[in-house]
Amino acid sequence: MAFLSTAPIDPAAVLADVRSPSHGGTALFVGTVRDSHRGRVVRRLEYSAYPAMAEGEARAIVAEASARWPVAVAARHRTGSLAPGEVAIVVAVASAHRESAFLACRWVVDELKRRVPIWKREWYADGSADWIDPAADALGSS
Amino acid sequence: MTRYHVETFARYAELLGSPSLAIELPNPTSASAVIAALRQLPGGDALPDRPLLAVNHTLPRADVSIGPSDILALLPPLAGG
Repeated sequence: MAFLSTAPIDPAAVLADVRSPSHGGTALFVGTVRDSHRGRVVRRLEYSAYPAMAEGEARAIVAEASARWPVAVAARHRTGSLAPGEVAIVVAVASAHRESAFLACRWVVDELKRRVPIWKREWYADGSADWIDPAADALGSS
Repeated sequence: MTRYHVETFARYAELLGSPSLAIELPNPTSASAVIAALRQLPGGDALPDRPLLAVNHTLPRADVSIGPSDILALLPPLAGG
């Protein structure tokens, strides 16, 4: 399954990708579009990506997580124009026990945000738009 | 001189006026020379001091040697999630 998706992401479908009777715990992270940023009303958010690199980097992160912890990992990220409340990213991590599921899920989300070439542009109620730079906006990340 | 093609995205495609850039440099060249050449393009002076340059879909840790068959991409600050 590709990491990038132009279609809406169903978290239940990502969960199903890691389901197994050998797993006793599954951590699910669902990142959604916020309706405000730095006091401004966000009307929509546009994600774009460098697919040739993003797919490989996401696969590498999943493989690294699976090598570090005894987990099964599935992850998807949406691209295109999203409204507030829509699902932007889903990460599901299943393991025999909850500890490694929680740890690996957080690690995978952080690594995806740090390493995968994806960009977002927010469009505000006043008609203006901004490219988001998390490094310049450390308090604003999801 | 050899022609190198560089893809770019998002805010940098706006700054540089196109998602597809071409520069002329010796063969081989280096990542730092590619960035310096990109900075000479119209709008390139607005690039930060050390922008991300992906080489063959990875971000090199050092200033690597580059030939015309390498796949180059100039990446704005990553902002997924």
